[in-house]
Amino acid sequence: MEVALFWIFAALMLGFGAAVIFLKSPVSSALSLVVSFLGLAALFLLLDAFFIGIIQVLVYAGAVMVLFLFIIMLLDLKTERARKINLPAMIGGLMVVVGFVALLVKLLPSFDIAKPALARPVNDVASVGMLLFSDYNLPFQVIGVLLLVATVGVVLLSRKELK
Amino acid sequence: MNLSALAMQPEIFLAWTSIIKTLVIVFGIVLPIVSLTVFAERKVCAFIQDRVGPNRVGLPTTILGFKKDIRLLGLGQMIADPIKLLLKENFIPNSVNKFYYYIAPKLAMIPALLVLAVLPFGPNVFFGDIKVPLMVANVDIGILWVFAISSLGVYGIVLAGWASNSKYPFLGGIRSSSQMISYELALGLSVIPVFLIVGTLNMQEIVVWQRENGWMVAPFWPKGFSLEQLLHGDFAAIGASFAAGFSVQRLLIWVPMLISFIVFLIAMFAETNRVPFDLPEAEQELVGGYHTEYSSMGFALFFLGEYAAMAAGSGVIVTLFLGGWSLPFIPDGSATSFFGIPFIPAWGASLLWGLIGMTIFLAKIAAMLFLFIWVRWTLPRFRYDQLMKLGWYFFFELALVNIFITALILALVKF
Repeated sequence: MEVALFWIFAALMLGFGAAVIFLKSPVSSALSLVVSFLGLAALFLLLDAFFIGIIQVLVYAGAVMVLFLFIIMLLDLKTERARKINLPAMIGGLMVVVGFVALLVKLLPSFDIAKPALARPVNDVASVGMLLFSDYNLPFQVIGVLLLVATVGVVLLSRKELK
Repeated sequence: MNLSALAMQPEIFLAWTSIIKTLVIVFGIVLPIVSLTVFAERKVCAFIQDRVGPNRVGLPTTILGFKKDIRLLGLGQMIADPIKLLLKENFIPNSVNKFYYYIAPKLAMIPALLVLAVLPFGPNVFFGDIKVPLMVANVDIGILWVFAISSLGVYGIVLAGWASNSKYPFLGGIRSSSQMISYELALGLSVIPVFLIVGTLNMQEIVVWQRENGWMVAPFWPKGFSLEQLLHGDFAAIGASFAAGFSVQRLLIWVPMLISFIVFLIAMFAETNRVPFDLPEAEQELVGGYHTEYSSMGFALFFLGEYAAMAAGSGVIVTLFLGGWSLPFIPDGSATSFFGIPFIPAWGASLLWGLIGMTIFLAKIAAMLFLFIWVRWTLPRFRYDQLMKLGWYFFFELALVNIFITALILALVKF
């Protein structure tokens, strides 16, 4: 059952992930990305990581993508027309893909698949919270400052008259 | 192993009770609540405006040759309204984006029903050793599920506005998405004090905590108060139980809890697009808002989604702040006898108390729904900039400060 569900959601996620790139209409692309995020959240749920899964839905599918859609609709972006193939960009893209696949091929065998997963988190909200505020407290605070800087930057940029 | 023994295996037993619970909650409780709410809306509105309201449609017995129809206070309207909507022509304008126009009403309705999965409708019921909670999914992330799923509800509305390819629905959709994003923050932050006190996100455990320590909005709570004391009129024992339940911490925590409750309630009005925050469908400015171009079942699904979201929202408020299925002197599902009647087995008594808990929960939801309707026909609508200012400048800060006040009280006052 869990294996079948894994394949279904993985296929859903990858299929709609590809659709984000191949679909011509920006709204369709954005919505495909939402479905892809939902598939990823379902994979987290299958791993019993309820907290991460539901935060994935809450933050990415429920907030970030709503803003994306909002902007796409507000700017009234039209369907993309077919563009001429840009050869250097194509070669550059292909190189990135080849590099990424090579990295995966090199890294994957180093994972010990036979090793059982870590003990399942009983209460993962509490365990994530404990880790975040003890072992990873410094990175957590640094990210907080980073977000604050970003917020201040946005407020500054969105002010009408810059001196 | 025969079939009945197989059905009593714990896993299989839980599986088929889950299916029964899902079907009963969706088709037996929520959909009737929706049509009852629509009916109640018309009746209460009529009452507030000093009219009679729908009172004619009942059982049409004149068709069968009787002299008079049975009117049933107009309750037949509940069934007549959906039938009317079903039989209307499903008119699709030419200019719409067909695919998104078609799926938008479904996307608006499904999240409203999914939210119900984590609401505890009743206490845990015991069949022998097997514990069956009267809710669809007893998961530890409880309230986060509610927020995550209801945040998906905005897609249906935005897409309906966009796919209609028409100006007013589009404005309705845009208003709706910015409104929902703004109020989600206040909504999420305002419940954190509840979790600081209880220490879990699990909805069932929050209700159990409130059953023992008092509802979030009630500072005075009896400890060890039981139905027998009430039936025997043992006032000394009742007084003693109130004295035992008193603590300074509870009394102090009452203030941030009331703030939480009010912020959450108002943010819930904004999330469900109800008056005074129904800007996405403001008739005077936007015709019908995002569902202007919809007719027949498409429109009915938006309607259904809106009322189901209202019912689910009321359920969340009741669960978090008003004690869910609990009343102080009613036993929960762990009771083994039902008023001492001898021939009812332990599981039967447990189930009966469970159903009574469910009734209490639904009665509380009904009271909340009445509040929703009452507000709608009493208050005028906000202006859009006022709505945004209220969300960002007032409720957001209030909810944030409230968290610190609660944490301070919990840390400093221990008695």
